[in-house]
Amino acid sequence: MTFVRDRDFGTPLRPGANTVTLRIDGRSVTVAGGTSVMAAAMQAGMSIPKLCATDMVEAFGSCRLCLVEIDGRRGTPASCTTPAEDGMVVHTQTDRLAKLRKGVMELYISDHPLDCLTCSANGDCELQDVAGAVGLRDVRYGYDGDKHRQEPKDESNPYFTFDSSKCIVCSRCVRACEEVQGTFALTIEGRGLDSKVSPGGVDFLGSECVSCGACVQACPTATLNEKSVIQMGTPTRSVVTTCAYCGVGCSFRAEMQGDRVVRMVPSKDGKANEGHSCVKGRFAWGYATHSDRIRKPMIRARISDPWREVTWEEAFAHAASEFRRIQAQYGRDSIGGITSSRCTNEEVFVLQKLIRAGFGNNNVDTCARVCHSPTGYGLKQTFGTSAGTQDFRSVEKADVVLLIGANPTDGHPVFASRLKKRLRQGAQLIVADPRRIDLVKSPHVAAAHHLQLLPGTNVALVNALAHVVVTEGLVKEDYVRERCDLEAFEHWARFIAQDQNSPEATESATGVPARELRAAARLYASGGNAAIYYGLGVTEHSQGSTTVMAMANLAMATGNIGREGVGVNPLRGQNNVQGSCDMGSFPHEFSGYRHVSDDATREMFESLWGVDLSDEPGLRIPNMLDEAVGGRFKGIYIQGEDIAQSDPNTKHVTAGLEAMECVIVHDLFLNETAKYAHVFFPGSSFLEKDGTFTNAERRINRVRKVMEPLAGLADWEVTLRFAQALGFAMKYEHPAQIMDEIARLTPTFAGVSYEKLDALGSVQWPCNDAAPLGTPIMHSERFVRGKGRFMITEFVPTDERTGPRFPLLLTTGRILSQYNVGAQTRRTANNVWHDEDVLEIHPFDAENRGVRDGDLVALASRSGEVSLRARISERMQPGVVYTTFHHPMTGANVVTTDYSDWATNCPEYKVTAVEVRRTNHLSDWQESDMESGVSLRRIAGRADAAE
Amino acid sequence: MSNDKLAYMANQIATNFRSMPEQEAIAATAEHIRLFWSPSMRAEMEGILRKPDTQLSAVARAAFTQLSTVKTK
Repeated sequence: MTFVRDRDFGTPLRPGANTVTLRIDGRSVTVAGGTSVMAAAMQAGMSIPKLCATDMVEAFGSCRLCLVEIDGRRGTPASCTTPAEDGMVVHTQTDRLAKLRKGVMELYISDHPLDCLTCSANGDCELQDVAGAVGLRDVRYGYDGDKHRQEPKDESNPYFTFDSSKCIVCSRCVRACEEVQGTFALTIEGRGLDSKVSPGGVDFLGSECVSCGACVQACPTATLNEKSVIQMGTPTRSVVTTCAYCGVGCSFRAEMQGDRVVRMVPSKDGKANEGHSCVKGRFAWGYATHSDRIRKPMIRARISDPWREVTWEEAFAHAASEFRRIQAQYGRDSIGGITSSRCTNEEVFVLQKLIRAGFGNNNVDTCARVCHSPTGYGLKQTFGTSAGTQDFRSVEKADVVLLIGANPTDGHPVFASRLKKRLRQGAQLIVADPRRIDLVKSPHVAAAHHLQLLPGTNVALVNALAHVVVTEGLVKEDYVRERCDLEAFEHWARFIAQDQNSPEATESATGVPARELRAAARLYASGGNAAIYYGLGVTEHSQGSTTVMAMANLAMATGNIGREGVGVNPLRGQNNVQGSCDMGSFPHEFSGYRHVSDDATREMFESLWGVDLSDEPGLRIPNMLDEAVGGRFKGIYIQGEDIAQSDPNTKHVTAGLEAMECVIVHDLFLNETAKYAHVFFPGSSFLEKDGTFTNAERRINRVRKVMEPLAGLADWEVTLRFAQALGFAMKYEHPAQIMDEIARLTPTFAGVSYEKLDALGSVQWPCNDAAPLGTPIMHSERFVRGKGRFMITEFVPTDERTGPRFPLLLTTGRILSQYNVGAQTRRTANNVWHDEDVLEIHPFDAENRGVRDGDLVALASRSGEVSLRARISERMQPGVVYTTFHHPMTGANVVTTDYSDWATNCPEYKVTAVEVRRTNHLSDWQESDMESGVSLRRIAGRADAAE
Repeated sequence: MSNDKLAYMANQIATNFRSMPEQEAIAATAEHIRLFWSPSMRAEMEGILRKPDTQLSAVARAAFTQLSTVKTK
């Protein structure tokens, strides 16, 4: 693919049914009402010179270059701020306009360095282009009257440079920060010729800037430019692909020189992100070629042995031999595998196929087990399918947003920008979170209600909201009567109306004042379109599934399912959590969420795959580990997952791994889990393979290979070759053929093909004969299960309790600059923002313990103890502390417990009783882990193989 | 898996169905175990039922018994 830049229409396009027809330079042009004259001309293929306009942001009308003449009107209005009207006759190229434009350009150039040949934006500079377009040949004001040429560069941001000397003060960056990102970090400082862009009077790194890249994207010159472009030069080709970080699934153009990435630029055509990005997807891609990447397969007999680099053939033969030996010795069910939410749908599908058909059991699970498995269970019980109900764009029609247990500005930043935009337009926000997350109050955003509940009380809180709805007559009765199972509703309504569910009764458990909760419930039920968005703060509890069902109950009772602006929307953590679940990664179900005991479904798979399949559910991840400790589970193939860092109760996880006889880790890096492995298959990054990811809105996006796999094989090829060595041949020449098989076997994917994805850009499942172009909004006519089912959601407090020894509650989460276990982001410059996990603690709790900001503290629970630095923060409520799990050195999951969701075994990461005290040393576990981090990662013949 | 852990899991399931009438709660608990527990986990149930000191709730115990009965039929 050659290098193609997104076409810039100058001002945002206005999709709409009403059209207007005007004449521009003699041509008849029909556009949607509300479109600017500039965008109308651009849509018709004409070009009007511009500098301050870009379709990322609203028109500004400051540069005076896009002037046009309109018959019957005086003067030369700016085309960017003039709406197109029926019958209008516009001239974009006249002598008068040419003279005006040339004069304006003279002023710009008189204060701009003329170092084009050595400028990093040479060939990619709108100022340069416009100078050419207006025929600038001389500058009457001279070239040395510039005022800003000596301005120092701001190099503080690791990814881009701010060179003020090249700034034309068009304000595109300031407006992008405000309108697109919603952070308001930039401003114009000074007046007249002293005007300059400023990140609030400090440097970029010290400012409120979140490095989303919108300002860099908006800049028409080299003022804000990627350091990679400055270093490498401009790209020569580009390939559209999908980000491999969070569940938003942003589309990017990988802009390349040969097989080297120059930069990742968000694609305007990407329906999940519509041209926006965050610091991870935009900039943190350097891990893909990091020197820590393992490029050769390795094996070893014991984990205490150094790794031995071998050929792929030897690695496959050894691994297959070990797995067959184990099955012969311990039984067919003694091995299993884990698929990855970071891998493509096709890779997940072939791995679960290998396990079900090749291993001959259903011992397959996925990392969604430890994040959104309760979403699958809860939404299937109530609505009939295991997925969110809306597309992201739907939030633009929401009037009230109930945000529970999610922190989108950190975890799903591109969606957060959409949400903030809607909030600035007047939508109301209710935040239910133990912490005061940024969305509670940030520039131009303030939550109407912050329900600052105690960890572990989500069910009580959502029940109380529903109690108000039912007892105050706020049920949408027509909707319930028409769309829902009435008997189940009446049973539920009687339950929820009981006093035990009232805000007054639940206040002592939740800590949320009844009056505040009642007001929030009334707002949700009667404020217009009400949408629920939630994250792992809902699912990672002993009643995670119950909370999902409680939210579904609330949405159905108020009629907030089945149209734009409403819904129940899980914000998925990793890029392909939805997809890995869709592809049949859970031990009890095939792709498309069909239970293995369903004879008709199983027979369809058996017929195509040519083997008999088990009709019994297999082991979940925690069950596999338990069985390993018990001596009955002996071998595991782990693809793209680091359970020794990400899963709870680390000591139990590593005990399980150590008890196995053959652990295969298939990953980019020698991660924490690989310390306990006997076979290492080097993985391929998202840049090195073809496939698809499915994001949180069920959108299937293409992943396209931009470089060859560094280890020689893409991940799907590794699984195929390993399967072949085991004697189970799977024949695919390309991932497109795997998708064809998925479509044949999975009704919700029946209409999906690479051909369609390439033609449409993406589709949202269900995509089949009934919905050939996909389904943006689910349950619009009827629920997937027919009638929506209300479920009884009794609040059962967790068994994890505070007490004299452990009086505080720990809740864990993530931050913007790091991702999950940090394996990718820790190998980028993102560490400048977060180079260690810290413990956030309220000043009251800190003072009681003599803890000062920055002190090393011991964090101890019934499971274990680690040491980390304290950060005193009023974001916390007294009695609750918080940390992240991005750095293996911290070992946050040494502290978390084995408690898990009753329905799915999703771990209860969000509630751990702990104590905090000052300390002057690392914990025993940390000391031991540092030692094993070296001793268990040795590679024969190499001295530098640390994770 | 340890019998105590399996019993804990079964109790947890039963507790979340406790607002149902008892027979429905037993059936729901049994169905949940049938759908989501592996054969090796279910195979432990009879041993758990035989151990008098296992902390098993009445509903979970009845669910185990129901599943064991179904299995032996």
